[in-house]
Amino acid sequence: MQEIKSYLAPRSLDEAVKAMAAGDVTVFCGGTDLTPQTDSGAKRYGATLMNIRRIEGLSGIAEAGDSIRIGAATTVTEVRRDPLIARAAPILAEAAEHFASDQIRNAASLGGNICNASPAGDMINPLLVLDAAVELASWADGALRTRSVPLENFFTGPRRHVKRPDELLTAIVFRKPATDFVGWFRKSGPRPALEISTVSVGIGGNLSDGVFRNVRVAMGSVAPTPLRAHGVEAALEGRPLDADSIRAAVAAADADATPIDDVRASAWYRKHLVKVFTEEVLNHVLGN
Amino acid sequence: MSLETEINFTLNGRPVTVRVPVAMKTLTMLREVLGLTGTKYACGEGECGACTVKVDGRTLNSCLMHAVDCDGRELVTIEGLKSPAGMNPTQKAFVDHGAVQCGFCMPGMIIQADYLTDDDPQLTREQAQRGLEGNLCRCTGYTKVLDAVEAAVEAKRCGR
Ligand SMILES: Cc1cc2nc3c(=O)[nH]c(=O)nc-3n(C[C@H](O)[C@H](O)[C@H](O)COP(=O)(O)OP(=O)(O)OC[C@H]3O[C@@H](n4cnc5c(N)ncnc54)[C@H](O)[C@@H]3O)c2cc1C
Ligand code: FES
Ligand code: FES
Repeated sequence: MQEIKSYLAPRSLDEAVKAMAAGDVTVFCGGTDLTPQTDSGAKRYGATLMNIRRIEGLSGIAEAGDSIRIGAATTVTEVRRDPLIARAAPILAEAAEHFASDQIRNAASLGGNICNASPAGDMINPLLVLDAAVELASWADGALRTRSVPLENFFTGPRRHVKRPDELLTAIVFRKPATDFVGWFRKSGPRPALEISTVSVGIGGNLSDGVFRNVRVAMGSVAPTPLRAHGVEAALEGRPLDADSIRAAVAAADADATPIDDVRASAWYRKHLVKVFTEEVLNHVLGN
Repeated sequence: MSLETEINFTLNGRPVTVRVPVAMKTLTMLREVLGLTGTKYACGEGECGACTVKVDGRTLNSCLMHAVDCDGRELVTIEGLKSPAGMNPTQKAFVDHGAVQCGFCMPGMIIQADYLTDDDPQLTREQAQRGLEGNLCRCTGYTKVLDAVEAAVEAKRCGR
C-alpha cells in the first residue's frame, strides 16, 4: 500500500476542491467500491485521503425549479425512500430497490456509483433515461468553478470518464419528467440482489395518445460504458407503442448491444437477455 | 509507519477516543484496536453481512467502512444490544426459535434483524427476507431466522 500523507474530512466544498487542486487526492464517500479496489491492489491511495461525507450540502434530494437535484453523497437508501423520487421519477426508485443489499444501499452514494464508472452501475442506467447531467466542481484562479456535463457524455471507457482528478462531482440534476412520462428498469444477476448486473435495460419517454416520444433507452453491461441505445430509441421514437414497434425495438437492441464474454456471462447470453428485457420493459410500460 | 488520526465517537452508548491508521476499516478497529470481537470478519468484501454494525441508526458492512468515518457518529455492535435487564427482544427471539446453528453469521444477522424490526414495526416475512439479503448463513438456517424475525416483530409490538 502507498503511504498516505494526510487525511482530510472537509466541512465545506471550497476546502475540498482546494485540496483537490493541490493534487493526488483519493476521495471516498461510502467506500463500497474504493475499499474492495484498494484491498485487492487494483487501485492505490493517493498522498491525501479525503472523506467527502462531511461536506455541507453534498447530500439530499430537492426540487429546484422544474428540476430535481440529488447531492452526490446521497445514498441509494435515501433515493429508495424519497417521496419526491417515488412520485416524479419512479424508475430511479426501481433501480434503488434492486441495488445490492440493505447494508450496501445504506452506504453507497450516487456520486460514487457514477464516478466508479462501471458499465454495470445500476443508478447510472435510469439517470441516462432521465437525461441527467452531473455537476463538477473545482478550484482555479482563486475561485470555485463548476461545470455541468450531460451524463451521456460523461463516460469514455471502462472505469473512465471526463471528470478531471481535481474535480469533485457535487450533484446530479434532471428535469422533472412530464406527467405523461413512463419508464421502467430491469436488471438481472444470478441472485436477485447483491449481484453485479449481468445486463440491465431502462426505457423511458412520453406516451400520449398511444404514441411514444422523446424515447431514451439505456443499457448496462453490454458495452465498455453504460450505453444509450440509439438504435432502440429510433425504432420507437414517434411511433405507436405496439407489438410492431416492440418487435422493431427488440431487433435494434440486438444491434446496439456489443457485449463481451466474461466470468459472469457469455456475450451470447447477454445479447439474449438484452432482447428479452427490452421486450419485458416495453410490455410493462404498455401495460401500465 | 502509516499515518494515524484520532477519532471520537459513541460506541454502544459510551464515548470513545481512539487513534487509528487512516486506511483502517471499522471492522479491524472494532476487533483489533477496541477488542470487540463479536462483529465477525468473513468475506471482507461486503457480500456476507457478518460484519454488520449500526451507524447513526442504519446498518452498514463495517469491513468496507473506513474507521476514520466513525468520527462524531454513533455505533452499535452486537455487544451493545444486551442491556442490564437481559437480551433485547431480537436476541431473545433468535434464541427461542433455535435460529442459531454454528453462530458465525449471527452477530451480523441479529444486528440487521434488530434494525429491520425497529425501522418497520409492521415488517412482514417477505420484507424480512428482502432486508436480510445481505446476510449469508453458511449453515443455511434461513427458515428459523425468518421465524425469529417474525417473533421479534411481535415481541416489540407487545413491548411498546
Ligand atoms: C457487495 C457489493 C454489492 C454491490 N452491488 C451493486 C449493485 O447492485 N449495483 C451497483 O451499481 N453497484 C453495486 N456495488 C458497487 C458500489 O456499491 C456502488 O458503485 C456505490 O454506489 C459506490 O458508492 P460509494 O459511495 O460507496 O463510492 P466510493 O467507494 O466511496 O467511491 C467510488 C469511487 O468514486 C470516487 N468518488 C466517490 N464520490 C465521488 C465524488 N462525489 N466526486 C468524485 N469522485 C468520487 C472515489 O474516489 C472512488 O474512486 C456493489 C458493491 C459491493 C461491495
Ligand atoms: S465481512 Fe463484511 S460483508 Fe462479509
Ligand atoms: S449459523 Fe452458521 S453461518 Fe449462520
